[in-house]
Amino acid sequence: MTLPALAETRPPASLTMAAALNAAIQDAMRDDPTVVLFGEDVGPLGGVFRVTDGLYAEFGETRVSDSPLAESGIVGTAIGMAIYGLRPVVEMQFDAFSYPAFQQIVSHVAKMRNRTRGRISLPIVIRIPYAGDIGGVEHHSDSSEAYWTATPGLTVVSPSNPADAYSMLREAIRSDDPVIFMEPKSRYWSKAELSLPVQTAPMNTALVLREGTDVTLIAYGPTVKTALATAELAEAEGLSIEVIDLRSLSPFDDETVGASLRKTSRAAVVHEAAQFGGYGAEVAARLTERNFFHLAAPILRITGFDIPYPSPKLEEYFLPTPDRILAALGSWEWS
Amino acid sequence: MSLNVEHLPESTLSVPQPLRLIDDAGRAVAPDETGGLTLPDPATLLSLYRRMVVARRFDVQVTALTRQGRLATYPSALGQEACEIAAVAALDSGDWLFPTYRDSIALLTRGVKPEQILASFRGDWHSGYDAYEHKIAPQATPLATQALHAVGLATAAKLKRDSTVALTLLGDGATSEGDTHEALNFAAVWQAPVVFLVQNNQFAISVPLDKQMRCRTIADKAIGYGMPGYYVDGNDVAAMYAVTSAAVQNARAGQGPTLIEGLTYRMEAHTNSDDPSRYRDAGDLEIWRRRDPIARLDTFLSESGALSDRERADILLEAEDLAASTRDCMTRTAPVDPLELFDHLYATPRTALREQRDFLATELADYADHAAHAADATQSGATR
Ligand SMILES: Cc1ncc(C[n+]2csc(CCOP(=O)(O)OP(=O)(O)O)c2C)c(N)n1
Repeated sequence: MTLPALAETRPPASLTMAAALNAAIQDAMRDDPTVVLFGEDVGPLGGVFRVTDGLYAEFGETRVSDSPLAESGIVGTAIGMAIYGLRPVVEMQFDAFSYPAFQQIVSHVAKMRNRTRGRISLPIVIRIPYAGDIGGVEHHSDSSEAYWTATPGLTVVSPSNPADAYSMLREAIRSDDPVIFMEPKSRYWSKAELSLPVQTAPMNTALVLREGTDVTLIAYGPTVKTALATAELAEAEGLSIEVIDLRSLSPFDDETVGASLRKTSRAAVVHEAAQFGGYGAEVAARLTERNFFHLAAPILRITGFDIPYPSPKLEEYFLPTPDRILAALGSWEWS
Repeated sequence: MSLNVEHLPESTLSVPQPLRLIDDAGRAVAPDETGGLTLPDPATLLSLYRRMVVARRFDVQVTALTRQGRLATYPSALGQEACEIAAVAALDSGDWLFPTYRDSIALLTRGVKPEQILASFRGDWHSGYDAYEHKIAPQATPLATQALHAVGLATAAKLKRDSTVALTLLGDGATSEGDTHEALNFAAVWQAPVVFLVQNNQFAISVPLDKQMRCRTIADKAIGYGMPGYYVDGNDVAAMYAVTSAAVQNARAGQGPTLIEGLTYRMEAHTNSDDPSRYRDAGDLEIWRRRDPIARLDTFLSESGALSDRERADILLEAEDLAASTRDCMTRTAPVDPLELFDHLYATPRTALREQRDFLATELADYADHAAHAADATQSGATR
C-alpha cells in the first residue's frame, strides 16, 4: 500500500501526538478536496487540544468550521455530507460528550452500508479524545471504546504514539468505512522525531513493540506506555514480557496477538476502562476460544475498577500501574 | 406559477431591545421604556447589590486560587452576577435550582459553603453538597441535560400538587443541544412550573452566538414552543430580578413555563485552561466593563440615597471575610479516602465491587507498610 502524492515532504522534526494528528488532517485536506472538518471550537481556536490549529486559517470557513454546539447534529450532518460525496472529519470535544451522538453513530453511521446493501458508504472519521490521567474534572476522562467496539459496522482504532497517530489518521480518512478514531488524551503531548509523511503498519494491525518470551501483555492507546514500563521493570526481575500495541480494537488482529500468545502461553490485557463488559473481556474470550490448548494460565484483565472514572485527586488509585500489573502477573501459578 | 416570497406576509418577529430598568450609567430607565416592568423596592435592590458584591469577591478569589494551582479548574461567572443572583433571589426556599458548571456563585448565594461548591473543581469525585438540603441539583457539565431534569422535577411537583417551581440555568451555546429543545417542548406541553434562564454571555468557549443560531434573540425561540420569552439586559439585576420573579410566580400560579434570556458577557476566560486572545477582541471587554452590573447598581443606589459609604464598607468587609475563609479552606488539604469510591454506586451492594474495594484496601495497606519500612530504613541510616 502506498500513500497518495503529498503536498510536501517535511524535514525531520520533534512532533507531539497532537501536532502529528494536526499534520495528518492538514495533509489529507491538501490532497483531497472532499475532506471537510467541523465540530465544536475546531475553527479559529484550533480545538481545545489544538489538534486542528491553523487549519481554519489555511482552508477557510468552507472546509473548516465551528458547528453549532450539538454532537448529534455534528454526526448526523456528517452522514448527509458523506452520502453526497464528502469525507467529513468531525471532532467530539471529549469522550463523554460524544454520548448525545450515540444514536446517530449506532443507528446510522454503523448501519448505513448494510441497510443499503453496500450502496451507501460513510467515509466519516469521528475523532474522540478519550481516557484520563490528565487531571480532568468529571466527564472528561471516560474510556468509551467498548460502546463502539460492541457495535457492528464501526471500525475502532487508537494510536499510542505520534507516528501511528499520523499514519493511522491518514488511513482512517482514506477509508471508505466509518472510523471511530480514539485519541488518548494523556499521550497528546508525547513526542517523537518524525519526518512526515510517515507510514507505519496498516491501521487494522497490531504491533509487537517489545519482544518477550514469558507473557504477552496487550495494551492500546494510553496503556501502551504503562505496558512498556511494566516490561522494563519485569526484565529486572527476570520476567520477559512481550508488549503488543493493538492499535485496532475493531477489527481485532487475531493473527498477531494469537501468535504471540502461542509463543508465551500467557497473556494479560490492560485498559483504563472499567472491567465488567469492557474491551478486555472480548480480548480474553476470543484468545481463549482460539488458543485454549496453548494456555498455561487464564488470561488476566488489569483495568480500571467497576466505578465511574474518579476525578483528579483519586485517579492514581484507579489507573492500572506497572506495580498493579506485575502483582497480577504474580498471581498466576508459575511452575 | 411560482410563488414570490416577497408577496408573503412578514413572518419574523421584531427585534426587541433588551428589557431594562437601570441603564449602563446607573440611571433609572424612563417609565414608558421599561416594557411595563416596575423597579424592585430599595431594600430588595440593596440586598441584590450586597449579594452581587459578595459573589464577585468569591469568584475573583477562586480564579486567583485556581491560577495558584489550588483547583483543577474553575469556570468563572465574572460579569454575570446579575443573572446568577437574580435567579437565586427569585426562588423561594422550597424551589429547586438546576445549575451548570458556570453557576458556582448562584450556589454560594443559595447558602452552599465554599468548600462544598468547590469540591469537584478542586478534584474530588463527587458534587460536594447535599442536593436535597439546598434544593440544588448537582452542577451539570454535559450541556443542557439538566434542563430536562428541571422539567421533570417541576412536573412531579405539579402532579403532587406542591407549589414547587424549578429554575434551570443554561448557557447560550447549550441552546444548540437537542436536550434544550426537548426540555422547552416538554415544559410547554406539560405546562410544567419551570423557568429557563439562559445566560447569553455570547460565547461557547471560542464560538460566538452567531455560529449557534440565526434567530435574533434566544428568547424568540419561546414563541415556537408556545411559552412566553423575555429578552432582558442581563447586566441589569433590577430587570433580571423583576422578570425572573414574575416568571417564577406565574409558574407557581399554574401558568406554565417561561424562557428568559439575559444578555451579558463572559469577562473571564472559559476556564483557566482557555486563552480568549485566540478568538475575541480585547476591546469588547472594555465595552462590557462599562456595562458592569455591580457598578451601575452602585451608582443607582448611591445617587438615590439607598447605599451609604458606611453600608458599602460593611458589604466589602463581608466580602473580604468570605474571600479569606475561602482562601483558608482551599489552602487546607481536604482528606480523601480512595476506598469511598466504592461505597455509593449502588443502593444494593454487590459482592464483586466489594472484592475490588478489598483489593484496593490491601494494596494501600501493603503500600503503607512499604513506606513505613522505607522510612525506618532512612531513619536508622540517619542515626547511625
Ligand atoms: C454535551 C457537551 N458537549 C460539549 C461540552 C464541552 N463544553 C463545555 S462548556 C462548553 C461551552 C458551553 O457554552 P455555553 O453553553 O454558552 O455556556 P458558558 O460556558 O458560556 O457558560 C463546551 C462546548 C459539554 N460540556 N457537554
